[in-house]
Amino acid sequence: MDARSLRAPESLLFEVSRRGRRGFDVPPLDVPQESGQALDARYTRQDIDGFPELSEVDVVRHYTRLSRLNYAIDLGLYPLGSCTMKYNPKVNERVARLPGFADAHPQLAESMVQGCLRLMHSLERALCAICGMDRFTLQPAAGAQGEQTGILMVRAYHQERGDARRVVLIPDSAHGTNPASAHLAGYRVEQVASNERGCVDLGALRRRVGPDVAVLMLTNPNTLGVFEGEIEEVARALHDKGALLYMDGANLNAFVGQARPGDMGVDVHHLNLHKTFSTPHGGGGPGSGPVGVKRSLEPFLPVPTVEREGERLRFQHDRPKSVGKIRSFHGNFGMFVRAYAFILAHGPEGLKRMSETAVLNANYLRKRLEGTYHLPYDSPSLHEVVFSDKNLEETGVRTLDVAKRLMDYGFHPPTIYFPLIVRGALMIEPTETESRQELDAFVEAMLAIDAEARRDPELVQKAPHTTPIRRLDETAAARTPVLRWRGDAAGS
Amino acid sequence: MAAHRYLPLSDAEREDMLRAIGLASAGDLFASIPERLRLRGALDVPGPLAEMDLVAEMAARAGENLLPDPRAQFLGAGAYRHFAPSVVDHLISRTEFYSSYTPYQPEISQGTLQAVFEYQTLICQLTGLDLSNASMYEGASTLAEGILMAERASPSGRVVLSDRLHPEYVQVVRTHLANMGIAIESFGHGKDGAADSAAARQALERKASSLVVQHPNFFGCLEEIEALAAVARQAGTTLIVVMTEPLALGLLKPPGEQGADIVLGEGQGFGVPLSYGGPYLGFLAARQSFLRQMPGRIVGEARDVDGRRGYVLTLSTREQHIRREKATSNICTNEGLCALTAAIFMAALGKSGIMELARHNRAKAAYARQRLAEARGCSIPYAAPFFNEFVVRLPVPAETAVQRLAERGLACGVPLSRYLPDPAQQRDLLVCVTEVNPRGEIDRLADELGRLA
Repeated sequence: MDARSLRAPESLLFEVSRRGRRGFDVPPLDVPQESGQALDARYTRQDIDGFPELSEVDVVRHYTRLSRLNYAIDLGLYPLGSCTMKYNPKVNERVARLPGFADAHPQLAESMVQGCLRLMHSLERALCAICGMDRFTLQPAAGAQGEQTGILMVRAYHQERGDARRVVLIPDSAHGTNPASAHLAGYRVEQVASNERGCVDLGALRRRVGPDVAVLMLTNPNTLGVFEGEIEEVARALHDKGALLYMDGANLNAFVGQARPGDMGVDVHHLNLHKTFSTPHGGGGPGSGPVGVKRSLEPFLPVPTVEREGERLRFQHDRPKSVGKIRSFHGNFGMFVRAYAFILAHGPEGLKRMSETAVLNANYLRKRLEGTYHLPYDSPSLHEVVFSDKNLEETGVRTLDVAKRLMDYGFHPPTIYFPLIVRGALMIEPTETESRQELDAFVEAMLAIDAEARRDPELVQKAPHTTPIRRLDETAAARTPVLRWRGDAAGS
Repeated sequence: MAAHRYLPLSDAEREDMLRAIGLASAGDLFASIPERLRLRGALDVPGPLAEMDLVAEMAARAGENLLPDPRAQFLGAGAYRHFAPSVVDHLISRTEFYSSYTPYQPEISQGTLQAVFEYQTLICQLTGLDLSNASMYEGASTLAEGILMAERASPSGRVVLSDRLHPEYVQVVRTHLANMGIAIESFGHGKDGAADSAAARQALERKASSLVVQHPNFFGCLEEIEALAAVARQAGTTLIVVMTEPLALGLLKPPGEQGADIVLGEGQGFGVPLSYGGPYLGFLAARQSFLRQMPGRIVGEARDVDGRRGYVLTLSTREQHIRREKATSNICTNEGLCALTAAIFMAALGKSGIMELARHNRAKAAYARQRLAEARGCSIPYAAPFFNEFVVRLPVPAETAVQRLAERGLACGVPLSRYLPDPAQQRDLLVCVTEVNPRGEIDRLADELGRLA
């Protein structure tokens, strides 16, 4: 009976499989079977060892059951800091599946896909307006690939001036993708310390910037949810020494319609369509990481760009200074459709209200929790707020325990143990698509967990108690990795 | 400002919450942004649109595309047209899958984690290798990651590519490797269109970390993987086999069993919509020895405190959030939902379906190739065996043919001249035939191409 309970573990596809079942019929062949020129057997396989054999019903039940083991934004608040888990409008899924878009092959002649090119052109223009930049490339598949593209452009910019320079500066509060992307562009990474407000230490930066520094990668608002108030001075300090300012736009949701990176001295930045512009995260992707640049970096944009020629749009491949192609074809086009639909649904006033509400919700949570949970930095918050487990020290309850206990209250936990500059960090980003009731319920759960930690710490330390599966031994999983199904001992 | 349908807070609630946090107006929420940086005017973007108008607007834009009937398209070259069973889109449309995040909290993400574990297993079974990660962005950048992985395992500063690799893949590899101190060289092919293993042997006389071949190659020709693996093995080089059409694995011997060390490529052909080039997914499989060098997320089996089987993201000490600039890759978000799409497609077709569909594709392509070989003025320049794609040499420049046949409602193929400047290939057209092309359209293609002479 276990298999019918809502919490039961689901067997693997391979365990459900039974020899001889089928879930798909290939239509009858309408051409003659091959005779003389059939493919030589030395090229072909006769079996796919272990591959599942399932009926259509088996497949549907298997994945439907699996789906029920997941939390999702449509079930409630998903307050992962710096991930911007907002509601994914259903109409976006509908329009991305319009046959004119979904069935368009990337090798079709430009004259047949003017609708696709026009959509890309419109999205680029909208992003330029929102960010105050001169051009965008839509090609990068996700934020990290956007970073890599941006830093490659920075390198090409410096190279054209005779010296690629050696160092990329990155604050200690940054996402791990920043240093990893800088490394892939051939740079040495140097960390810049944060000051007591959690922002870049301008004095230290001024002392460090020299002719060897190519760029500073700055997340704004930073991973504490704090606006880098000295960003113009930061830009000036860099520009004075010929270096550039890269902005990680993962947190752009904080100020859409309120301020623009292009007005802050930013030379190049990426943003995440799967954050600010609500394309679904899909359990880990796809994303999309467009990169905006100022005129000075335009020659280095990846090929091709979309250009207008009278009434027609066309791809421009002939760009001699381009960094090249960062991936195949034109980017995650399906995400462009959704993001553009999201912009159209909001309009200028709606986008402004979006960021305003996101910041209001974060500050409301902050206000209601700051008496109970420790707030390591009291700088004003924008779209997210970072607490720590310091106030729980004497209870023995840690951030991880609070996170796990939240699941028993029906919430996905916040981002934990990040940013690294906060010990035991709980990074909470509610986004704008939450109701007052949902925020209040989350606050009540957080307050209840604090009370439990003081009354019965073990209850919290052993959480979760109500999930389909309880705490998993991740250390053992990494020590003796089992990364694929291999059948039972008999080798079924 | 009027309420918006995606924003639940009422005006009264907003006022109340502002009061609760001690602010007089919503504008004060942004007091930490210096005044001179605050945007005064409205953003220059279109909208807002009511949902009904939004659907109409987007439908109008989609309608600007003038797509030929799918049955009359013969395009491949990196993206493949296949019929996806209805269950695929139905199941990936479950909100628990598409509106969840990367599974950082395993207790409430077992659906995604188990599906990825199964995906990894399916990819291993098809490729004949030990390991698969949870997906990469798409085929071309996955190749760049594969080359970097081989270089980390055995540094040499040199990689040797087949000259029959998809030209976009080569372009992307050049971009990614530009500053990594790895020289890119290539080796040639034989008259029959397949890689020349003697040329590969010669190219490997100097040490290289990897030898890269595409199978079937960019011209649709099958490669002699065993011979190339022997060459690579002798030189102590990692053999990377790139596949742009995953369905070929339903017909072809698993490259892992033929001696390939890494098999990677584009997974779009497994039920992922064409969607004008993305989102797709890169698959990456390798031998056990590459375990610590793999880029990207990997899911592993684990036990919970009650001894129950479950799944977790594992081996994360390879990844950027722990290792930062020393990570095996910068990838964070991958193509989770596309990997799920591919997994459901594989499960729905199953062992018999995937093998039969692959054979069906081959039979249709063989028929088409025969018909085109007989068309007036047309010839087949490469004799090597093929799967569902091949080159036909036309009596006129291939771009001309594409334009002329477009007027007849046919997307006849991809001119090689789009990628290769070689004037000898001006008349070469890459044609792909799948289950979605009925015999009647194949015959019409042959007839129309035969009229060009």
